[in-house]
Amino acid sequence: MDTVMINDSQRKKMHPHKFTLWVGLGSIIMMFAGLTSAYIVKRDQPSWIAVDMPLTFWYSTAVILLSSLTVHTARAAFKERNMLKYRRLISVTVFLGLLFIVLQYVGFNQLWNSGLRMNGSGGVQFLYIIFGLHGLHVLGGIIALLVMFINAYSRRSRSYNMVPVEVASTYWHFVDILWIYLFVFFLVIK
Amino acid sequence: MSNEAILQKPADAVVTHGDHREGNGHSEHHHKETFISKYVFSMDHKMIAKQFLITGIIWAIIGGLFSVLFRLQLGYPNDSFPILETLLGKWAKGGKIQPEFYYALVTMHGTVLVFFVLTAGLSGTFANFLIPLQIGARDMASPFMNMLSYWFFWAASVVMISSLFVETGPASGGWTSYPPLSALGGASEGSKTGMDLWLISMALFVVSSLLGGLNYISTILNMRTKGMSMTRVPLTIWALFFTAVLGVLSFPVLLSGFILLLFDRHGGTSFYLSDIYLASTQQALPNEGGSAILYQHLFWFLGHPEVYIILLPAMGMVSEIMSVNSRKPIFGYMAMIGSLFAITILAFLVWAHHMFVSGLNPFLGSVFVLLTLLIAVPSAIKVFNWLTTLWRGNIRFTPAMLFSIGFVSLFISGGLTGIFLGNSTLDIHLHDTYFVVAHFHIVMGVASFFGLFAGVYHWFPKMYGRYLNNTMAYLHFWVTLIGAYLIFWPMHYEGLAGMPRRYMDFSQWVSFNQFGDLNRFISIVSIIVFAVQLLFVFNFFYSIFKGRRVTTSNPWDSNTLEWTTPIRPGHGNWPGEIPEVHRWPYDYGKDGREFIPQTEPVGAQETAH
Repeated sequence: MDTVMINDSQRKKMHPHKFTLWVGLGSIIMMFAGLTSAYIVKRDQPSWIAVDMPLTFWYSTAVILLSSLTVHTARAAFKERNMLKYRRLISVTVFLGLLFIVLQYVGFNQLWNSGLRMNGSGGVQFLYIIFGLHGLHVLGGIIALLVMFINAYSRRSRSYNMVPVEVASTYWHFVDILWIYLFVFFLVIK
Repeated sequence: MSNEAILQKPADAVVTHGDHREGNGHSEHHHKETFISKYVFSMDHKMIAKQFLITGIIWAIIGGLFSVLFRLQLGYPNDSFPILETLLGKWAKGGKIQPEFYYALVTMHGTVLVFFVLTAGLSGTFANFLIPLQIGARDMASPFMNMLSYWFFWAASVVMISSLFVETGPASGGWTSYPPLSALGGASEGSKTGMDLWLISMALFVVSSLLGGLNYISTILNMRTKGMSMTRVPLTIWALFFTAVLGVLSFPVLLSGFILLLFDRHGGTSFYLSDIYLASTQQALPNEGGSAILYQHLFWFLGHPEVYIILLPAMGMVSEIMSVNSRKPIFGYMAMIGSLFAITILAFLVWAHHMFVSGLNPFLGSVFVLLTLLIAVPSAIKVFNWLTTLWRGNIRFTPAMLFSIGFVSLFISGGLTGIFLGNSTLDIHLHDTYFVVAHFHIVMGVASFFGLFAGVYHWFPKMYGRYLNNTMAYLHFWVTLIGAYLIFWPMHYEGLAGMPRRYMDFSQWVSFNQFGDLNRFISIVSIIVFAVQLLFVFNFFYSIFKGRRVTTSNPWDSNTLEWTTPIRPGHGNWPGEIPEVHRWPYDYGKDGREFIPQTEPVGAQETAH
């Protein structure tokens, strides 16, 4: 046991905030794992009604995928200290994030207006709750992006600290991937 | 690296002059500290730990008082206590506790002690206090999140307290809140507003635990000082690490379950509710296809790891305290870590043993029996390691040490009955009897409380720079230990005889009214034990202000890093550089030396651990 690394602190370690984010993502995954496994269990119960997703959710999928791309390029631009490009791309990402939320709302409305309400015990009630909770997580991401947006435009912050940008972009990719999982889940498991 | 950046100021701002006379180092680390930033919205992990501890103590008094009240009912079902009516009003009409209120008391006793005292009060206190001090960090990875963690706990506490004062009373469907009782407002008085407040409070509590847990994990993995490899951290840190992992992975699932429950209560969904017939409305519910068992799965996926969230910090602290006070290295350091790890993994795989009689498929049940009984292996490893640590030790019977030994005793007694309950066939007879009550109170409740007390007695000098009074401490220990056994041991017999939980009056029940005297005896002992806990509370607060002062920075001759800080460390913990670590923390009685602190380099002739 005397072979332990003495130079342990000199190793290149992840920034604690980034690490905290990763652990937090694990926690969010467990929450949605709990909900989707509840869905699978519930599917075997009597009077289960499967849900067909409206086309709108395909559009929102495209939007959130695109926003992942923009946040990725924004991060790259920040790394190159190309602040003009970074500002533009961050703005586009915020816009796409908001568009995603709007599209989700439209999708909910379509389902709701076709007579699928909260009473009942089929896929659609799960859909409202699971997509709703995902939407809340996206909103959290939008707030983080907005903070970065404000920082990028306020004069005093000339900081080139990568950590906040990386934390926000990792989180944004995460809610994107989470959405893809949920979307495919609802497509495949009826 | 970012250790210094965490406090958001250059390292030298934390450095005070080299003078650490008693009561001096405390005030001068920070110039701009106000009362609010120092004692209320503090970001210093040590202050947050004290906030968790004191809030936990207040909750423990409330939760303990609840048990005294329902023990009065169980011990004296035919007597009335006019004072209860004065205190509780309509909940104790004519001096007799009303059935609705009895259930509320039991529910709140469970909720408060499991979550608010033994989760927040225990791991909240010691994870906050010990992690940065023992791994050599200035503070947590995110002091701000740490502060939020306490204030979410505080908000959860306020909501839970306020639920005690609503017209229809607090939640009364048991601490597990099974639907349909918890999902239907009409099911009982406590299922109305009280249940909503319970759910809101618990959701806030989950947020608090998650914020805390994330911080503990990233602090342990990222902020250790130079030389502090994971095989050199004290076992307290390992235990707190696995505790945090359990919480971070299981609490979100509980939250999922609660969200679905809230929708069943208010959204008209049928996740848990089906077309059951209600006596109160003489009608069947409109809901269809819900499964109450689904809730049990989601609940116990947290509920079982929760047992270890409560127990692991106690195990870690006991290991540390036992080694220090036996003046011997902990026996089987790696085996201790391995068994903690095994318990953590198994904790996620045994939840259905709480559901053996819920209609679970018996074949599935047998898998859970096997996995449950497997927990005996790491548990036994731990017990033998503690016993072999004590073996031929030069034992100092400090109050902390006594509570640690008491912990091991209780863990053995309560663990053995777990082997009974882990068998699905025996569980058919034993489930929902006092046998279960006895089992989990001894192994989880009282044992973890002993870990908590051991921790408080051991680290109080570091927290407040003063000692607790020893006479009161010894009295506290002996009365609590003997009392705990006198309370819970007889319950095993009651349970084996089939006496069920959750009944408020056995006097008219021929099968069980033979236990009338025994129940009265248990109630009297509980009141005595409760009174002694108040003595501890008095000792705690008295000693903060009037206790004997600590005059040496290392009062227990311990190896770990927290004793290298000044007697009253300021924010940032070490006035100068963070010390470098050269060895594991258990070099006691090595090479003829009583103890060798972790900061001492390994000598040329010395073999490292």
